[in-house]
Amino acid sequence: MKDFAALFTTIDQTTKTTLKTKALASFFETATDEDKLWTIALFSGRRPKRAVTTTQLREWAAEVGGIPLWLLEESYPIVGDLAETIALTLPPPGRESDLSLTHWIIELKSLAALDIDTRKARILDAWDQLDPIERFLFNKLITGGFRIGVSQKLMTRALAQATGQDEASLAHRLMGGWTPETTSFHELIVAEDAEADDSRPYPFYLAYQLEHGPEALGSPEDWQAEWKWDGIRGQVILRNGTHHVWSRGEELMTDRFPEFARLPDFLPDGIVLDGEIVAWDGTQPHPFNTLQARIGRKTVPKKLLKEAPVILLAYDLLEENGSDLRDLPLQDRRTRMEALLQDLPEDAPIRAAPPLPFDTWDALAQIRATARDHRAEGLMLKRKESPYLAGRKKGDWWKWKLDPLTVDAVMIYAQQGHGRRANLFTDFTFAVWNGNDLVPFTKAYSGLTDEEFRKITAWVRKNTQQRFGPVRQVTPHHVFEIAFEGIHASPRHKSGIALRFPRMSRWRHDKPLQEANTLDDLKDLLETYG
Amino acid sequence: MSDPVLTFTDRGIYCPAGDFFIDPWRPVDRALITHGHADHARPGHRRYLCTDACAPVMRHRLGEISVETVKFGETRKIGDALVSFHPAGHLPGSAQIRVEVGGEVWVASGDYKVVPDGISEPFEPVTCHSFITECTFGLPVFKWDDQAEVARELNAWWARNAADGKTSILGAYSLGKAQRLLSMIDSEIGPILTHGAVENTNAVLRAQGYGLPDTIHVTPDLKAKDHPGALVIAPPSALGSQWARRFGASSTAFASGWMRLRGVRRRRAADRGFVISDHADWDGLMQAIRQTGAENIYATHGYTDIFARWLNTQEYNAQVVPTEFGGEDDEAEEAA
Repeated sequence: MKDFAALFTTIDQTTKTTLKTKALASFFETATDEDKLWTIALFSGRRPKRAVTTTQLREWAAEVGGIPLWLLEESYPIVGDLAETIALTLPPPGRESDLSLTHWIIELKSLAALDIDTRKARILDAWDQLDPIERFLFNKLITGGFRIGVSQKLMTRALAQATGQDEASLAHRLMGGWTPETTSFHELIVAEDAEADDSRPYPFYLAYQLEHGPEALGSPEDWQAEWKWDGIRGQVILRNGTHHVWSRGEELMTDRFPEFARLPDFLPDGIVLDGEIVAWDGTQPHPFNTLQARIGRKTVPKKLLKEAPVILLAYDLLEENGSDLRDLPLQDRRTRMEALLQDLPEDAPIRAAPPLPFDTWDALAQIRATARDHRAEGLMLKRKESPYLAGRKKGDWWKWKLDPLTVDAVMIYAQQGHGRRANLFTDFTFAVWNGNDLVPFTKAYSGLTDEEFRKITAWVRKNTQQRFGPVRQVTPHHVFEIAFEGIHASPRHKSGIALRFPRMSRWRHDKPLQEANTLDDLKDLLETYG
Repeated sequence: MSDPVLTFTDRGIYCPAGDFFIDPWRPVDRALITHGHADHARPGHRRYLCTDACAPVMRHRLGEISVETVKFGETRKIGDALVSFHPAGHLPGSAQIRVEVGGEVWVASGDYKVVPDGISEPFEPVTCHSFITECTFGLPVFKWDDQAEVARELNAWWARNAADGKTSILGAYSLGKAQRLLSMIDSEIGPILTHGAVENTNAVLRAQGYGLPDTIHVTPDLKAKDHPGALVIAPPSALGSQWARRFGASSTAFASGWMRLRGVRRRRAADRGFVISDHADWDGLMQAIRQTGAENIYATHGYTDIFARWLNTQEYNAQVVPTEFGGEDDEAEEAA
């Protein structure tokens, strides 16, 4: 664990990506194969199964730290990270050890089979032999996403440096459903890729936001335009008689969307399609909240399947006859995809996302303006000659979203953030007027600068009216412009509406409290855009 | 029952028997000041009273003011109150203020730390009935490492940067923290450069006889390349500014108790965060409170609600000094 803790310390003590990559690469050159494999797993979102609950962990840490549980609970929102709060609460360790990262992960996994008293004894014994940084990492292994400033991309780059392999092909190898239990470092990284996993997706190609108009992109005829759908980006894989559905977050969603089980009836084997999974009303997508009702469920009740059937709006073909097509130009991939998808029956759970013909950028801007009528968030622009790259790359793919909708709202509750926003008030609840009452209608967390967050934090501390646990009710005073991508009716909310991607776009110092928008204004927006 | 010795008003802590305020934040006739930080020593009062060790910095920061001074431990009668100042260990010249009226003793701590730092007059416990304590770091997660250990880390960081051809830029509050750091670092490693705000304070404290290593004031014509391997001490706001860019390749760090929290450290976007605070940590607060022998504790400046609740479970009679009077401003956070 000491080498892994040293790696963490180096990474944590720099803000420079090159130095982080270098540190991780040198770890990959020296660590044991099993530690390397677990490190890859952790930094690609593959966490060992949780063996104790965080509630138990809090109770035990408070007990060992000699403080009441409530005091630890109060400290947590200020520290902003449970693993860290616990590490800072514990007394110094009683002894030292240097057992490997893999040892501790296996130890944690073995706890699942033990009774609760033994689990507790083993956790306390671990704490007693780990230094504060090792404890923090150990706790991180238990408590949640292992996010410590290393992205999967950075890890992949470091691994490429350490192994001399190509970064993009490594990224591909790391995709899919493997875990350190089902593979070895050799098999995953080193071995010839003869027996590729049937379920393995390709790394998604991601677009950047177009900040100014498309004119700078050159000639319109070099570009293909599509709607930017508001669904779930997904990859559908048909290989060796099986089918798999992956989300962009590399989550296997095959069981959540049973509709796609019929795809092999319509399509040949050995293909991979990239597209948008949307709930379909027969002619166009349902609003996102209809799809959202299905995302949280591992199995889907019949009623929901009937009310909100999903289809894939396919926009790219990455593999055909088992061959990787990603180096072909987009327009060739598109032609092949259209050939596959033409003449499918109406009820097939897939269709080609229609290209939007245009001659000039002005004409395209007019098409974009109608995006909401098509339940789209804007446009995607893709260079017709572009290969399918891995990850977020500038140049060939752009998203050109609609300008957001906005309302001016009053801040009424504030809560402290997590991670690097710990001890700052960053999570706010906003309200609009309904007569003389303020009705809460949305939360928002982002959009302000660090400086603005510092200012509002100082203000919140001085203007707290009441505390409800970590939430503070503040004096209604500040008006913020809230920007959002969509608005829907929602019986679950007091205001009766729900927003899509709300964020603070401006702090309206100029606007008096009374001039914030009203619930009726929101209802008008719902009428127009819902 | 007679008036309490000290009361909490919208202008600050007030003593009815002596008709004076302690660290008031709105203009008053007579202000007793614990130390020179801006959230304690504010402008606009008619008369100031502080320790002779604190007065030069006050004059430096507040300009033409009417200041009377006392020595540490010297008793002064004001109205019906007996008043004395006792070292708080927060920074050079900082004091706790003891007020006695009719045998009843209250102490207002100002800001304090109980561990000696090598430059400030060491904290002195004062027995009292009621203790008004700060609690900037009044949570059990705040515990400071030994100063010698942090000094080793700090010097290792500087030496490493110097070897790599980088300037080390250390962000620290210009009054107190900066001088404490100067007393911690090993000046053999390289030249020490200071921002004007730090250097002006250095000059005041040197004139008082506080021992500080030699420093070079960063003036507009100073060339960074003439001082390879330097350590630069500057106020936190100067880091990342145009001012800091002149030093070229550099490593940046902050020194503050807040650096104990990884989230705050990352938000500051510096390469390093050294956990060095001029405030008491959790154990220090509890030690100080125990040593006063006080039954009544008033928590101010910090996590007052949580800290008072904790003290009440520990058999103290603790209350929160209402937030309005707590004054948690940015500067206080930077100085911590």
